[in-house]
Amino acid sequence: MNTQLLEARAIAKYFGGVTALRDVSLSIRQGEIYGLIGPNGAGKTTFFNVLTGLYHPDSGELIFNGEKLPASTPHLAARCGIARTFQNIRLFGNMTAMENVMVGRHVRTHAGVLGAVLRDRRTTREEAAIRRRAEELLNYVGIADRADDLARHLSYGDQRRLEIARALATDPKLLALDEPAAGMNGTETEGLRELIEGIRKDGITVLLIEHDVKLVMGLCDRVAVLDYGEKICEDIPVVVQKDPKVIEAYLGGSIA
Amino acid sequence: MMTLAHSLGAWRCDKRAAIAATIAMGLMLAAFPFMIGSALGNSWLRIVDFALLYIMLALGLNIVVGFAGLLDMGYIAFYAVGAYLYALLASPHFGLHLPVWLIIPAGAVLAGVFGVLLGAPTLRLRGDYLAIVTLGFGEIVRIFLNNLNAPVNITNGPQGVSGIDPIHLGGITLAKPLSILGFTISSLHAYYYFFLALALLIVFITIRLENSRIGRAWVAIREDEIAAKSCGINTRNIKLLAFTMGASFGGVAGGLFAGFQGFVSPESFNLMESVMVLCMVVLGGMGNIPGVILGGILLTILPEVFRHGAGPVQMALFGKILLDPEALRMLLFGLALIVVMLYRPAGLWPSTTRRREFRGESTTDALKEGE
Amino acid sequence: MDIFIQQIINGLVLGSIYALVALGYTMVYGIMGLINFAHGEIVMIGAMVALTVVKLLVNSGLPVFIIILIALAGAVAVCMAVGYSIERIAYRPLRRAPKLAPLITAIGVSIVLQNLAMLIWGRNYHAFPPILPDAQFDIYGATITSLQVTIVLIAALMMAGLIVLIHRTRLGRAMRATSENPLIAQLMGVNINQIISFTFVIGSALAAVAGLMVSANYSIVHFYMGFMLGLKAFTAAVLGGIGNIAGAVLGGILLGLIESLGAGYIGDLTGGFLGSHYQDVFAFFVLICVLIFRPSGLVGEKISERA
Ligand SMILES: Nc1ncnc2c1ncn2[C@@H]1O[C@H](COP(=O)(O)OP(=O)(O)OP(=O)(O)O)[C@@H](O)[C@H]1O
Ligand SMILES: [Mg+2]
Repeated sequence: MNTQLLEARAIAKYFGGVTALRDVSLSIRQGEIYGLIGPNGAGKTTFFNVLTGLYHPDSGELIFNGEKLPASTPHLAARCGIARTFQNIRLFGNMTAMENVMVGRHVRTHAGVLGAVLRDRRTTREEAAIRRRAEELLNYVGIADRADDLARHLSYGDQRRLEIARALATDPKLLALDEPAAGMNGTETEGLRELIEGIRKDGITVLLIEHDVKLVMGLCDRVAVLDYGEKICEDIPVVVQKDPKVIEAYLGGSIA
Repeated sequence: MMTLAHSLGAWRCDKRAAIAATIAMGLMLAAFPFMIGSALGNSWLRIVDFALLYIMLALGLNIVVGFAGLLDMGYIAFYAVGAYLYALLASPHFGLHLPVWLIIPAGAVLAGVFGVLLGAPTLRLRGDYLAIVTLGFGEIVRIFLNNLNAPVNITNGPQGVSGIDPIHLGGITLAKPLSILGFTISSLHAYYYFFLALALLIVFITIRLENSRIGRAWVAIREDEIAAKSCGINTRNIKLLAFTMGASFGGVAGGLFAGFQGFVSPESFNLMESVMVLCMVVLGGMGNIPGVILGGILLTILPEVFRHGAGPVQMALFGKILLDPEALRMLLFGLALIVVMLYRPAGLWPSTTRRREFRGESTTDALKEGE
Repeated sequence: MDIFIQQIINGLVLGSIYALVALGYTMVYGIMGLINFAHGEIVMIGAMVALTVVKLLVNSGLPVFIIILIALAGAVAVCMAVGYSIERIAYRPLRRAPKLAPLITAIGVSIVLQNLAMLIWGRNYHAFPPILPDAQFDIYGATITSLQVTIVLIAALMMAGLIVLIHRTRLGRAMRATSENPLIAQLMGVNINQIISFTFVIGSALAAVAGLMVSANYSIVHFYMGFMLGLKAFTAAVLGGIGNIAGAVLGGILLGLIESLGAGYIGDLTGGFLGSHYQDVFAFFVLICVLIFRPSGLVGEKISERA
């Protein structure tokens, strides 16, 4: 068995009367692609937000890479090696694609005010490295030609790719993607699948929320299903697909 | 210096042209006070000196508002801190006469500390809440300056502190005409060159910051704070850094102001002054350094033009003063603010990015903001 | 003890006026997300117009009540017109502009109105003619004038009217919808331009009433009076939770009380170190403290930002 990368223990999150997550426990292994699915409002995004420190869980804890993750400190989550994308794309709209990715390097670099002003040897070297890495990543996700365009002027698909590049720039151990294929057409989705597979090959574990069933089932090693904030199933895709509880959750819907 | 020429002119140019442009601009800046002095007289030279101070202020506020996107409406408080520190440490008020090279940096540091004091408790606040709190902070500082003459007389209250030492550098005072190599330049010229040097230094620092890891983090926070956090930016520290840097520029300008003016009183640091500096930043072109400089110059000069024009033009037209020139000049100034913003909502000289942003504004963006 | 009660009374009167002005800020903010920096000047214009009318009619032999009514009508009409025009000229063209652009035009409008008033009415302080009956009542050793009672009552009535308007009428529903989400409201057939104009007009009318109250009660009218008053009222709106009607009322009254009690007791509280001229510090200090613990004001809903 592979080593555990992330272990969520009985995570709960409430919004007033709404139970967004109820004692959700799951564990993700090093190097796998782990799918998180469920009907609208099941709590998937909320789980991401707890994982990345944007929401404070009402109970439960997260063990990442053998250590307890500090709660509600997003920048520390990034430092520990968790990077994410957002369901409703959150780029730095008035920065260029290149700059967006460069911001992603922030957490792995050090230059401060003094370095910025004096531009000493170390800072210039670091800055050059940031730029080089950003170029590589833009190239990697396939939007190198849009490097100097403002993020808000990119096409939808390119924005999704840019968000992934920015996330990768933080050198994550775990990359969490929130519905990356939403709004993409068939060819774009196909490209995305290749991209995610490539990312996994590079040794990065992927946590994937996705409504595109074909994509999830084809890509993921294991899948967990959330329904009304509860994990109702966790297994390899073929088993999940047949699970009656899952089918019921989707109202006997499209998953079968 | 090359970077300076590069970004001051929006044109792209090779290295040699950049050097040439820098030299040309250097000569022009050096000759400028003589042109102004002989064409318009010394009162205008004084205004130019003030314009340089306002440029420093505008650039400082631009870091907070333009780069980091934090609406600070009490910025003038930092100017006040710098000015009063200078006034108290170099005047007969306490009988202290410390040297400039000590007080100005001390003013920067103290203002920076005030920046942290203001920033630390307010960083959780969003947008307009931050605006009113900073505004309140500015007023609090002014009210304290106004009232700290009793029970212990620290600030001398509403009368202010006068007889402040002029700026002197290594035995040369800027308050008297200087002779250099047979040339004699007036005090206003000397101040011009000193202020220009510091303004250029601040421009330089700002440009370097803008194109750095820290500058990108500021803009990222302005664009989307949540995404910035998720990229590993410690938004609290980086915002505090913006407050501190911006404040310290204000502190420097304040110290210079005190030495130049020889007199400070709380009146110089009222809310309208904060508003004025904010107008410079926004009207010039928020976040764009040349734009902000332009805003600083225009908004210093414009009220003066109206001041000089309001009386005489009426005399010429009607043969007598019909309207209170002071009111008329501010009226025109207010109208100018409105008209400029109506026709150039992104500012007179927005960075190319921001201009594009404005053109690209569409219904979908409005939808996004509504969520 | 009687000082305490006196300060409470004074605070309530001041607070009612703040509340009326704060409502104007909060309504505009709620609907457009804009700090209408010029709102304080509208109060000033209301005060000036009312005063001018009163001065004109003071020797006309009309009963005092009628004079005040005419002055009020005049002030309200002028302020409504000014408020409407400001929105049309200075804010509407910028509705899609970067967020700070309308803030700057608002500042410009404020400067223009102030100096226009200075051109029309001069730089001097104006006193309100002593035509109002000055009956006084005694409450536990403190006095309250009939004017003060009237101010509090009228303010309360207007606020109640506004709340009814917003929660019980079609127009109010359209306003609330616009403030929730202008785009959706528009899709649902709400004419947002109309709603926004209407908001400005209502806010300005309240400001005009406040203006008359200030000039009658404090008897000082000056072209610069709107600035500080506006600032305080805005502070009150934020204190309560900007965008929230009940919050503006609560914030206004609270601020009035804080200020007048603060002015009365700040010396005792600080062992004589800070005198009553620190009154304004007190107001802002309370504001900052409240916002630190409740970042969206007292009544403002907690905005848990969705990620
Ligand atoms: N910030 C919040 N405040 C209040 N309720 C929230 C908040 N965030 C999420 N919720 C609620 O929690 C529940 C789970 O929402 P969540 O966004 O996690 O669902 P999801 O599984 O991501 O759905 P979708 O597939 O539509 O993205 C929903 O009922 C939602 O309304
Ligand atoms: Mg979701």
